[in-house]
Amino acid sequence: MTGPEAIPAPVTTLPWKDPARTQRLLDALAVRILVLDGAMGTMLQRYQLDEAGYRGERFAGGFDARHVHGPGCAHGHGARDLKGNNDLLVLTRPDLVRQVHRAYLEAGADLIETNTFNATSISQADYGLEHLVHELNVEAARIARLECDAMTDTTPGKPRFVVGVLGPTNRTASISPDVNDPGARNVDFDQLVAAYTEAAIGLLEGGADTIMVETIFDVLNAKAAIFALDRLFAARGWRVPVMISGTITDLSGRTLSGQTAEAFWNSVRHAEPLSIGLNCALGGRELRAYVDVLAEVADCCVSAHPNAGLPNAFGEYDETPEETAAIIRGYAESGLVNLVGGCCGTTPPHIAAIARAVADLPPRRLPDAHAEAA
Amino acid sequence: MSIRPRWTRLSGLEPLVITPETNFVNVGERCNVTGSAAFKKLIKEDRYAEAVEVARAQVRNGAQVLDVNMDEGLIDAEAAMVRFLNLIAAEPDIARVPIMVDSSKWSVIEAGLKCLQGKGIVNSISLKEGEAEFLRQARLVRAYGAAVVVMAFDEQGQADTAARKVEICTRAYRLLVDRLRFPPEDIIFDPNIFAIATGIEEHDNYAVDFIEATRTIRATLPWCHVSGGVSNVSFSFRGNNPVREAIHSVFLYHAIRAGMDMGIVNAGALPIYDDLDPELRERVEDVVLNRRPDATERLLAIADRFRAGREKSAAEAQAWRALPVAERLKYALVHGIDDHVDADTEEARLAAARPLDVIEGPLMDGMNVVGDLFGAGKMFLPQVVKSARVMKKAVAWLIPHIEAEKARTGEAQRNNGRILLATVKGDVHDIGKNIVGVVLRCNNFDVIDLGVMVPAQRILDVARDEAVDIIGLSGLITPSLDEMAHLAKEMQRQGFSCPLLIGGATTSRAHTALRIEPNYAGPTVWVKDASRAVGVAQNLVSRDLLGPFLERLRAEYAEIRERHKDRGPGKRLVPLADARAQRFDGGWDRYDPPVPAHPGLTVFEDWPLAELVRYIDWTPFFQTWELAGRHPEILDDAVVGAEARRLKQDADAMLERLIAERWLTAKAVVGLWPAASVGDDVEVYADEAARDAGRPVAVLNFLRQQADKPPGRPDFCLADFVAPKAAGKRDYIGAFAVTAGIGIDAQVARFEAAHDDYSSILLKALADRLAEALAEALHARVRRELWGYAADEALDNEALIAERYRGIRPAPGYPACPDHTEKAKLFALLDAPSNAGVTLTESFAMLPAAAVSGYYFAHPESQYFVVGRISKEQVEDYARRKGMALSEAERWLAPILDYDPE
Repeated sequence: MTGPEAIPAPVTTLPWKDPARTQRLLDALAVRILVLDGAMGTMLQRYQLDEAGYRGERFAGGFDARHVHGPGCAHGHGARDLKGNNDLLVLTRPDLVRQVHRAYLEAGADLIETNTFNATSISQADYGLEHLVHELNVEAARIARLECDAMTDTTPGKPRFVVGVLGPTNRTASISPDVNDPGARNVDFDQLVAAYTEAAIGLLEGGADTIMVETIFDVLNAKAAIFALDRLFAARGWRVPVMISGTITDLSGRTLSGQTAEAFWNSVRHAEPLSIGLNCALGGRELRAYVDVLAEVADCCVSAHPNAGLPNAFGEYDETPEETAAIIRGYAESGLVNLVGGCCGTTPPHIAAIARAVADLPPRRLPDAHAEAA
Repeated sequence: MSIRPRWTRLSGLEPLVITPETNFVNVGERCNVTGSAAFKKLIKEDRYAEAVEVARAQVRNGAQVLDVNMDEGLIDAEAAMVRFLNLIAAEPDIARVPIMVDSSKWSVIEAGLKCLQGKGIVNSISLKEGEAEFLRQARLVRAYGAAVVVMAFDEQGQADTAARKVEICTRAYRLLVDRLRFPPEDIIFDPNIFAIATGIEEHDNYAVDFIEATRTIRATLPWCHVSGGVSNVSFSFRGNNPVREAIHSVFLYHAIRAGMDMGIVNAGALPIYDDLDPELRERVEDVVLNRRPDATERLLAIADRFRAGREKSAAEAQAWRALPVAERLKYALVHGIDDHVDADTEEARLAAARPLDVIEGPLMDGMNVVGDLFGAGKMFLPQVVKSARVMKKAVAWLIPHIEAEKARTGEAQRNNGRILLATVKGDVHDIGKNIVGVVLRCNNFDVIDLGVMVPAQRILDVARDEAVDIIGLSGLITPSLDEMAHLAKEMQRQGFSCPLLIGGATTSRAHTALRIEPNYAGPTVWVKDASRAVGVAQNLVSRDLLGPFLERLRAEYAEIRERHKDRGPGKRLVPLADARAQRFDGGWDRYDPPVPAHPGLTVFEDWPLAELVRYIDWTPFFQTWELAGRHPEILDDAVVGAEARRLKQDADAMLERLIAERWLTAKAVVGLWPAASVGDDVEVYADEAARDAGRPVAVLNFLRQQADKPPGRPDFCLADFVAPKAAGKRDYIGAFAVTAGIGIDAQVARFEAAHDDYSSILLKALADRLAEALAEALHARVRRELWGYAADEALDNEALIAERYRGIRPAPGYPACPDHTEKAKLFALLDAPSNAGVTLTESFAMLPAAAVSGYYFAHPESQYFVVGRISKEQVEDYARRKGMALSEAERWLAPILDYDPE
């Protein structure tokens, strides 16, 4: 950095990007428990797309026909299997992604998560599609925006919002990939900041109302995302609300990188998020104890979007909508949550059941304001 | 609406929330190259593994935050900071606490912050470079999610008076809170602790200035904290630790009362204020509080008297003998003293109504104290085993009287339950099992120990005949895992329902959940180590605890199974052909293999034990006793140091006797032969003629890594370290088998007859160490003489333990060559049974247990590696090369298969 610099403003004093929309979201959160959507991946699997289905026309050769390799292109030039690259479907089968969004909106979801779990350059490198990251995020946010706006028009009393998703990437900054060298890392903070910045720019350009850093296995990755958003907002001169959702990987009660739920909150609290919560890996029954911890310590909203139970021997989820909804209602009855939804294995009927189950219950009361500094 | 207080919320893997109840946060100061010469040396010499131990020891001793500082001219501080933080991030027992990233260079701080998943502390920023830089750095600290130490330092310099300290800290606070909305609870002021009693009058008030500034800062700047580096204050008394520690104690006493609530201190070396000698305390207080002009002289006048600590007098040490007999027995148990146990037990028996009352009264009382102290981490395993020795001797004294009493009244002794312990068929390792037995006996379980290599049916027959409440299985080598799974199946088939405990080095929670528990409907529990055994056993025999315990356990195991099923293949393996294409390249065209000076077999009938002592690696010895830490640092460890020293003393004494009295004989055999690799196999030739004739005497089969590695990082196979046949080079391979356990049985029997488990376990542990030492000594001799490729090598034992020499000696059954069955070829080549007195069991464990065998590779780039998981493709290939049925290969390689056989 060179030259004289103005005193950097704290991000939390910046205005909202769209103050009116954000205020509607805050108003809704003040009066009721809002409902997030459910699983995207397991829904898309139902269409049983084959390789050609994933590729569509533009990627028929297993690569991006529109892409011209230039200097700095690190990816390979050959054909790759694209089946399983769910994020690509916002370009090749936007109709299917929009169908899923619509189904969740019809089921009663207030917030729709963009189909961008793996839309970072780090994760897309597996498919040689790093150059698509901006486009994927813009498109994913744009089609979610279209569906939300269409639904808001039919139910004006219940505005719908687009949650721009920043996934965990497929690498972790705190864990060594090499058993012989615990100090080794295959991704570092700066690389993650760059990847998250690129993705977030696309999401915001496409119209996301909030950004959610979710399915956090490694809180250092999440801290890189938070840092990226901090820098991005500071550069833009506005911000959107940030939501954070971690993943407790098993009944040890810790993230994959070893943090307890409370340590996780302490580590990300500086983001001054709209919400902190947990999703994935566990079902609602197993997750409850850790949501409870967050509800105890967090001074922002609390979210939970668990899986539909634990997977059975075939990796399938068989918790019924009624069972899931009953568990989530238990959360709400205990005053633990402000936002609820579903992760792996949940479907529109699950979300509809959850929405019904929490409709008559008040949201978690936010803790009293902090004492003033002086 | 009430107002919520602002508590500082830090975290490592676990949270650290600072509230008024926290009182004082200890920041560990030893991982600092500017403050610790020892740590600096480790970093400069690239000894990071030991540096990590420095961090571990501090956390174990109660450090709540770890300070890390790498500021040294000759160290690349940024790189060292990143490497060290990444290394300790991999150690859950260290990473649980928050990190304080300490540097005077902002770039180092930033590099450190990028490694912390928790909320750490930056140490430090200040107004030294002006407001703009201060705010820029603080803004970034916030974006990285850390708290910050602010030094009382501004454009004019470091604050020394109370007024200046308060002025600078107040200015910094206002800037942070008003301009940046920096959370005040995340601000920690360091108002500079300077040395006092330096002889310079201006320094006399430095402690008072700090204390007074602290009082004002805490009173006027809400929610912030005050910290400081305490050892500075006593700098002028360096060399006299008792006085320095007294100064620290007095200084902290007053500073904490004024509001200092965090500090960089060596908590292990802090005497309690009230325990200080009153005269010393008064004079130290005069100095710290600057109460009189001659305070420094008066402290100096008495300082020498306190220089050395006092030893306990012999009279004090014997004072316990004057206690009543019940108290004496308790004392003897807690302190593990068996000198008077027979006489005291007899005295107690004569005073008691029944002999059993002695056990159920004073002896059990004493053992309960031992159990409580052990449970609370205040006593360590070697002490418990010594306590058990006292108990066993007392009980042995009473048994004839109890038998007589029982014969008269028909009443039996009560205990917690009966446990059968055995090392399974094919396995000979029993140190851990014996320790578990001792600990259980201490907790009033009746233990039936069937010893080693016990066939399944014998275990089940005894279990049925003796109506045991629990069966405990132990094993150290991987084939024992299979035997345990088999035993579980048999228990199910034969209608058992009692709990089954699984323990030993290769066992694991995952293996128990996946491969053993599903075979048996009764409770099946993996026990991590001896210290957990009692808790598990008590849960299993308690009517109240059993239900909830099993429910938790079964849920946990079911979860592990689900996760395993769900996990899929994990890291993808590459096809065998790809792994082979990425083999290690020995640079054969440029390499001339060294020719052994003594080819063929060399036998050492009786290696002098005395020569082995200097080769002993003591760290695993302490691990055997569940004392964690590296030797020799463990001897000075604040928590386990005293016990480690006592254990080492006992070990040294026994070592001296066993050498002088020739309790054990050490034998060894080495073979060095012509060899050539063919793919993943190595052909071994009896001599050069056989090589030229192409007639191998044996073909050794090895396994290859199949990890997906970047180009330039080979997928290793041990065969890669021997020149391929096609290279046309005359290369060699070596093999060895050693033991230090010949004659051990007679000695062990002698100890067991004397009810002395402690000595028995100690001897076995020493024999293991001697065998390892012999393997190390032999390898050195091979490098220098027998193979002779490093004739002028000179290494001390530390360097040997760190394996800083050319060539490796991997052992079959260990990670580089995980197939135990290859030992059979090795033993045949060496004729190890006749040449070294070592034989193999059906599971390929070596007998005597204190034995080591392996291969020698001399290539300068040969290295240890972990084969890791292997694909079915490789197992099929391997079975074919070995001429073994696939199912059998799968059985032996079960722990590393990347797929589910059958």
